Amino acid sequence: MADAIVNGLSGLTIGFQMLAGDWRNGIMLIVGFVLLYLGIKKDCEPLLLVPIGFGCILVNIPLSDVMSNEGFIRAIYDAGITTELFPLLIFIGIGAMTDFGPVLAQPSTFLLGAAGQFGIFITLIIALALGFPQLDAVSIGIIGACDGPTAIYVTSKYAPHLLGAVSVAAYSYMSLVPVIQPPIMRLLTTKKERMTVMKAVAKPVSKTTKMLFPLVITVLGGLIAPKGLPLLGTIMLGNLMRESGVVSRLTKASENEIANVVTLFLGLCIGATMVGSAFIKPQTLIILALGFVAICLDTVCGVLMGKVMRVATGGKVNPLIGAAGISAFPMAARVVQREGAKWNKKSYLLMHAMGANAGGQVGSVIAAAVMLSVLAGMGIIR
Amino acid sequence: MDNFTFGITMLICGMGGTILTLWIMSLVMGLLGKLFPEKPEKKEA
Repeated sequence: MADAIVNGLSGLTIGFQMLAGDWRNGIMLIVGFVLLYLGIKKDCEPLLLVPIGFGCILVNIPLSDVMSNEGFIRAIYDAGITTELFPLLIFIGIGAMTDFGPVLAQPSTFLLGAAGQFGIFITLIIALALGFPQLDAVSIGIIGACDGPTAIYVTSKYAPHLLGAVSVAAYSYMSLVPVIQPPIMRLLTTKKERMTVMKAVAKPVSKTTKMLFPLVITVLGGLIAPKGLPLLGTIMLGNLMRESGVVSRLTKASENEIANVVTLFLGLCIGATMVGSAFIKPQTLIILALGFVAICLDTVCGVLMGKVMRVATGGKVNPLIGAAGISAFPMAARVVQREGAKWNKKSYLLMHAMGANAGGQVGSVIAAAVMLSVLAGMGIIR
Repeated sequence: MDNFTFGITMLICGMGGTILTLWIMSLVMGLLGKLFPEKPEKKEA
């Protein structure tokens, strides 16, 4: 009788004993609380950091079986991450939310979107130099796409063991764009360049062009980089629904209900990959550092491309808009507008920056698609 | 394939492919913009 009671009570204390036995779980519980704090109190990507933080807490409570074979998060993980479904569903929502009008009004800003992807490839090389295996380096480089769903899509497919670190890095640095970019923008430009006033974009874009855009990009991009067609196809499907205007119910569902449900599941799953024994490694810190490097390099290359365009146009382009050539939409464009206005009150860069930012949105997907197709071409992936 | 060859190939083909693809897309979209310009709405009499 007494034994039975002692055994019964030990069942209630074993969690504490195991927590004391593995300090890594304790650290990850703190990380989970920090993520929740950042999301709730500091408003940093709360839609993602709250479920990620909570998932992290759930999985690090000793004896938690949420990620065991019968665990409820494992079921969600297998249904949406292993199958790559969640990032693609998010992409339909992103396509439905994004107005590509500014980039269509100035197609040359696509090039700023291309320059903003340099960080991916340079970081990939740095990761290789640091000894990461090739597909791990690809997944680390993709943080430079500054695009959460793309990073999750590529990493879940080719380096699932890095999913937690890569996702947290991608989303954290995206939310830190207003902090990371301005010093780099100031460092690389002269006062005269920053004060440049750009002419307003007055060119309207027809509805036909806006509707043809997703179709042309899907077919053209799919022919060039077929391995990335799921990414490209889903974002463009969402955009076609938006621009056609005939399926407003589907468009609204994609940008609201579907995106919200998938974001919740995606966040929980990412958090649940952050189990202490797998996450607390020097490798994770290196990945976080490389993610930071990737986003800095994106900004550097974007601004440098802006400077090239300034020279090519005889000084008509403010190189600050190059910093918006990343996928953090529309945050990067707002950062450029704020920075430009700081140096010249008459400078109104928002629409130009929105063009570059929309170009960056397409650019990040194209970069991932091209990367996957090059890998397939080299026979590294099937 | 060794890491050096892999990295350089990814840089050249990956970044080059991205720039080339987006450049082609910018040309095509510029062309579409010219083929289908925005027409001002006709005012009703």
